Amino acid sequence: MPTVTEYDTITAISTPPGEGAISVVRLSGDQSIEIASKLFKGSDLNKVASHTINYGHLYDPENGSLIDEVMVSVMRAPKTFTREDIVEINTHGGIVATNKVLQTLIGSGARMAEPGEFTKRAFLNGRIDLTQAESVMDLIRAKTDKAMQVAVNQLDGNLNHLISNLRQEILDTLAQVEVNIDYPEYDTEQMTTDLLLEKAKLVSQSIDSLLKTATSGQILQHGLATAIVGKPNVGKSSLLNRLLDEDKAIVTDVAGTTRDIVEQYINIDGVPLKLIDTAGVRETDDVVEKIGVERSRQALKDADLVIVVLDSSRDLEEEDRELLEATSDKKRIIIFNKDDLVHKISPKNVDQLKEDDIVLVTSAIKNDGIETIKSTISDIFNEGIEDNNSSNVIITNARQAGLLLQAKDSLNEVINGIEMDMPIDLVQIDMTTCWETLGEIIGESYPDELITQLFSQFCLGK
Amino acid sequence: MEIKEYEAGSFDVVVVGAGHAGSEAALAAARMGKKTLLVTINLDMVAFMPCNPSVGGPAKGIVVREIDALGGQMAKNIDATYVQMRMLNTGKGPAVRALRAQADKNMYHEVMKDTLENEDNLTLRQGVVERLVVEDGVCQGVVTSTGAIYHAKSVVLTAGTSSRGKIIIGELMYSSGPNNSLPSIKLSEDLEKQGFKLTRFKTGTPPRVNKNTIDFSKTEEQPGDEVANHFSFETPDEKYLDLKDQLSCWMTYTNSQTHAVINANLDRAPMYSGVIEGVGPRYCPSIEDKVVRFADKPRHQIFLEPEGRNTQEYYVGDFSTSMPEEIQLEMIHSMAGLENAKLMRAGYAIEYDVVEPWQLKPNLETKVVENLFTAGQMNGTSGYEEAAGQGLMAGINAALKVDGKDPFILRRDEAYIGVLIDDLVTKGTNEPYRLLTSRAEYRLILRHDNADLRLTDKGYDLGLINEERYASFNEKRAAIEAELDRLGRKMITPNQADPFLQKLGMKPLKDGILADHFLRRPEVHYDDVISIMGEEVTADRRVKEQVEIAVKYYGYIKKEEIKIDRLKRMEEKKIPERLDYTKVSGLATEAVQKLSKINPQTLAQASRISGVNPADIGILSIYIQQGRIAKVAE
Repeated sequence: MPTVTEYDTITAISTPPGEGAISVVRLSGDQSIEIASKLFKGSDLNKVASHTINYGHLYDPENGSLIDEVMVSVMRAPKTFTREDIVEINTHGGIVATNKVLQTLIGSGARMAEPGEFTKRAFLNGRIDLTQAESVMDLIRAKTDKAMQVAVNQLDGNLNHLISNLRQEILDTLAQVEVNIDYPEYDTEQMTTDLLLEKAKLVSQSIDSLLKTATSGQILQHGLATAIVGKPNVGKSSLLNRLLDEDKAIVTDVAGTTRDIVEQYINIDGVPLKLIDTAGVRETDDVVEKIGVERSRQALKDADLVIVVLDSSRDLEEEDRELLEATSDKKRIIIFNKDDLVHKISPKNVDQLKEDDIVLVTSAIKNDGIETIKSTISDIFNEGIEDNNSSNVIITNARQAGLLLQAKDSLNEVINGIEMDMPIDLVQIDMTTCWETLGEIIGESYPDELITQLFSQFCLGK
Repeated sequence: MEIKEYEAGSFDVVVVGAGHAGSEAALAAARMGKKTLLVTINLDMVAFMPCNPSVGGPAKGIVVREIDALGGQMAKNIDATYVQMRMLNTGKGPAVRALRAQADKNMYHEVMKDTLENEDNLTLRQGVVERLVVEDGVCQGVVTSTGAIYHAKSVVLTAGTSSRGKIIIGELMYSSGPNNSLPSIKLSEDLEKQGFKLTRFKTGTPPRVNKNTIDFSKTEEQPGDEVANHFSFETPDEKYLDLKDQLSCWMTYTNSQTHAVINANLDRAPMYSGVIEGVGPRYCPSIEDKVVRFADKPRHQIFLEPEGRNTQEYYVGDFSTSMPEEIQLEMIHSMAGLENAKLMRAGYAIEYDVVEPWQLKPNLETKVVENLFTAGQMNGTSGYEEAAGQGLMAGINAALKVDGKDPFILRRDEAYIGVLIDDLVTKGTNEPYRLLTSRAEYRLILRHDNADLRLTDKGYDLGLINEERYASFNEKRAAIEAELDRLGRKMITPNQADPFLQKLGMKPLKDGILADHFLRRPEVHYDDVISIMGEEVTADRRVKEQVEIAVKYYGYIKKEEIKIDRLKRMEEKKIPERLDYTKVSGLATEAVQKLSKINPQTLAQASRISGVNPADIGILSIYIQQGRIAKVAE
């Protein structure tokens, strides 16, 4: 079914990504104030005067947990940038908090704005002129194509598969309901609300476990768990310092200086990383070191991303091999450091590399290749990480998480409806909405899918 | 010898074809005061039912009610000629309940013909239209095979399966309209000459057998309903046929033997031997198609339906086939109850020409020739109701066009007829199109019980609803509103409600509750609320029904209304007619092609074209904003 998107309430982070002192999340549309007030505790936003700033706290309506201390501006139409109701939420910056706000707003009924959409609305409502709008159109086209590409890249894996499976499950159910409605006299199996309830709960569970990957904080709240490993003296700490742009870790030439696991929360181009600097995994008799090694192995196991640092100027040693072996099932960045020295090894002659390893060549001392590491990490974060250990998909972006929350809301409505004894064709309205919302995550919502399904699944007609 | 043409008269509207579409079109135009001519190949086939002897059912039944609310004829005609009436989906919600009637096929035809004959402003004539009179791209009339030139300000074509029709039964194939009637050959050729793109569709009908040779003891009876229901909002309950006066339908099944016969003779089935080139519908497959496609299904349901009171002919429903006659006999005799059945007519497949519907505007006027409208099966649909709905709309729009008035278009949130026509002209169809409830986005709003509330105002404004009917409709509407308002203000006290709740084993009320909120409870009905308040139930059953639905499903209705509100705003954004999409920078190539082909009239319609994505709509909406379109339209 065609969905009308032109007049819904949209939201986006309107400050540039990265670390500002304050980030602003903006909402525009009829329901801006209503949606914001679902999250906000402080003055009643529905009643405050237009063009005022209000102090308060944002809570997650799902579980009541505090998200952030915020200032919220309420600007009612028409004297606003888009000539629609606008709400701007000033958060304390930081991608984690800001993303969480965005995700919760989407979960509460807002839609992630398309690139340039605020400006587009400003034009459509007569707020800006055509020359300004024309540049917006270029932006819409350019960004949409790119966004679609990104979406496809990001999705050619487990998430796409998982969501598609969920949608197919729902579609089978919907088709069954439809066939009962359109062909009431046929001896096709009757879809009952009991069956529908079962299905709704099943799908809801799957969504929950997906959401957990986003909300239990693996990534959005605590950052991307990134383990950095390498035998002593490969330049790990120098790399780290370069990434941090400051001398925080001790850089030393004595092997084994970093004795234990060092966990650090850092921010690279706005991406939160939980950086785990490990002691290494070499065999040792030293009791203290043994504990360190054990912890390192555990840390490696838990990591979303592993950075393995190798020394280009030395031959591959037993410990390198062990590290490569121990991390072979992880999403990895393999760094050939000390590019400035004479090469003993290179990506070409290390045969432990896997096809999907990201291989980078750097010189921490000369600051070469550091930017590439940063952009690689940020790409990985933005695209979402799939843990190669299992089929577990990790939801990393606020849009996906928000849509999942919406889908779950619809399922709750299904369940409520059934409990209220509503007829199946009404309950089904929410099931359909859930199906459409899931389709939005993977960029699919073909209106005729259902009808096609109907005719392929059932034998119908006179 | 050359046929000599002659001047046969001038009309406001000429309608070609008197099937279900043509009859509605002609009546609507005549009732709107237009001097109307209805020309048809065979007067004995006016409103003829070449396939199943029934009207209504899910989605279709709602269309019949919509036709009635707009002042059309189908509902009244079936109410006068049914032999059985059933409400389907009664165990489901109000949105999908559907009325279906078995028709007396001959009576249906006779009553409609009589109505047409007695209509002021309407001339009914037998004739075969062979070409259009077109000058400068504007249709001016039609010419028949007898040389009659009829001048017209608007022309509506409803040629149905007659258009270059071809009947196929096994190896036999011959040029024919439905049921061995004369096909229309030259009109198709003329349409191609005018620049229309035609395509071939296929449909079919099952065999008929003699009732006296059916062993009904081996079948299951399907009687009609005892409770009164009619299609027309104007037919009073008192007119309802007693159950004993209704005719039943009967059900039997195919079996492994039937399937074996079919499988053994697939090489003689035109569908599989490659004889048939037309595209058949997925939802109305022939029995051979079902057996092949659903090979693991051990049996298929077959419905035996009476064709009328004064005939022994029975329709073998769900058994459409184009197998050779010899094989059809074998197939029929394999089924329980039909072992000795005598065949009266063989089933057949029919191939025919369709005007690809993207060549139409939402008012059903063609984009190729002005003042020319097409409707019904000719536009790629299937079903009497779909045809009648389009016919009514084409007739109305043809009449409006004569007066130079704005077209009459129903939105998707206003009527199933709106969904149907929008689907056709926006998405086109590559198979005979059947309405399904799943095609409607807002089906909770598009119910059969509220068709009058949705559309009577419009019918009245068009001049198709008379004053008397409009007054009684307004009375009903006012009664519903008043009652809703009252229940929204009246409190029910715990004292009043408790005896009732106790009887149901429910918990007593803690506080007073508004009557409408109390009615929202699943186990409570309107009559309960009224008697709890200590009052007599006086409201009409139709009023009660509306009040109950509006209150009980408030939450869901609200949700749909929010969506509709957005749709409306987008429908209001008109796209200028000859917009050159190649000049709109930023549109994707596919979007330019699709938009240029369909030429949508509103932004909402554009958004429904497959291959046009939201970014394209974004760009388009910027271009058409505030008259600035002129810049690119030149």
